[in-house]
Amino acid sequence: MNAAPNKLVVTAHGDREVRIIRTFDAPRRLVFDAFTKPALVKRWLTGPDGWSLPVCEIDLRPGGKFRYVWKNTEGTEMGMGGTYREIDAPDRIVHEELFDEDWTGGQTEVTTHFVEDGGRTTVTTAVVYSSTETRDAVLKSPMESGIAIGYDRLEGILAAEPVK
Amino acid sequence: MNSSDRLDATFAALADPTRRAILARLALGEASVLELAEPFAMSQPAVSKHLKVLERAGLVSRSRDAQRRPCRIEIHPLTEATDWLEEYRKLWEANFARLDTLLEELKADAASHGNPADSNTKED
Repeated sequence: MNAAPNKLVVTAHGDREVRIIRTFDAPRRLVFDAFTKPALVKRWLTGPDGWSLPVCEIDLRPGGKFRYVWKNTEGTEMGMGGTYREIDAPDRIVHEELFDEDWTGGQTEVTTHFVEDGGRTTVTTAVVYSSTETRDAVLKSPMESGIAIGYDRLEGILAAEPVK
Repeated sequence: MNSSDRLDATFAALADPTRRAILARLALGEASVLELAEPFAMSQPAVSKHLKVLERAGLVSRSRDAQRRPCRIEIHPLTEATDWLEEYRKLWEANFARLDTLLEELKADAASHGNPADSNTKED
């Protein structure tokens, strides 16, 4: 495993994919439950400070729908929903999702893998966006691997730039 | 351009390897179109086309007066782009930190009850 314990890793793969990798100090069955049982999901997938996840509906079967609605203290809502394509508990979930605001420029396909090793579970979420532009909008950064030396230089410059 | 349009333009401009290489070169200092074209085995018009995209995104500026019109990298849009990405990271880091706490709880429940997750599903 490349990731240091419990460090969040975000990487680009191919043209349209982003992978989010994180290890948790818990067995896979618990982590899978935390990702798929609404009462549990509501407790952590709440987003930025001041937001909550009052609506979390999950019909965990192939063809089943899910629906999440986040809400902040001012009453602003943000919704997202989709359909499960494959469920292989507690190993793998494939689903399609789309934000109500569609800031991702169309539906994204998400594959979530749960791999247990010695009582710890590594979750890899692969998000395939509808276009390279969208993917890059989510990920593009001087920290991205594969952009090689040029970007390391840019990073140096960015680091030297005073914070606004 | 509003902030979102600006980010779109920045990210779209950065989505091309040649344009990233041009920026990397400009990060070392000003350069003319001719100097930029050299290492890429590209025609000047081809490089100019990429430069126009970078200029529109505000990532590159060109001096109007000097005859060679040197290109210069502009840092601000990049800073904005990395700030945006940083927010994305922070969002997931915050989510997962909460999940860590929840999992500790579930593990403790499992130790005392046997099947923790099922007992939590009826919460609402």
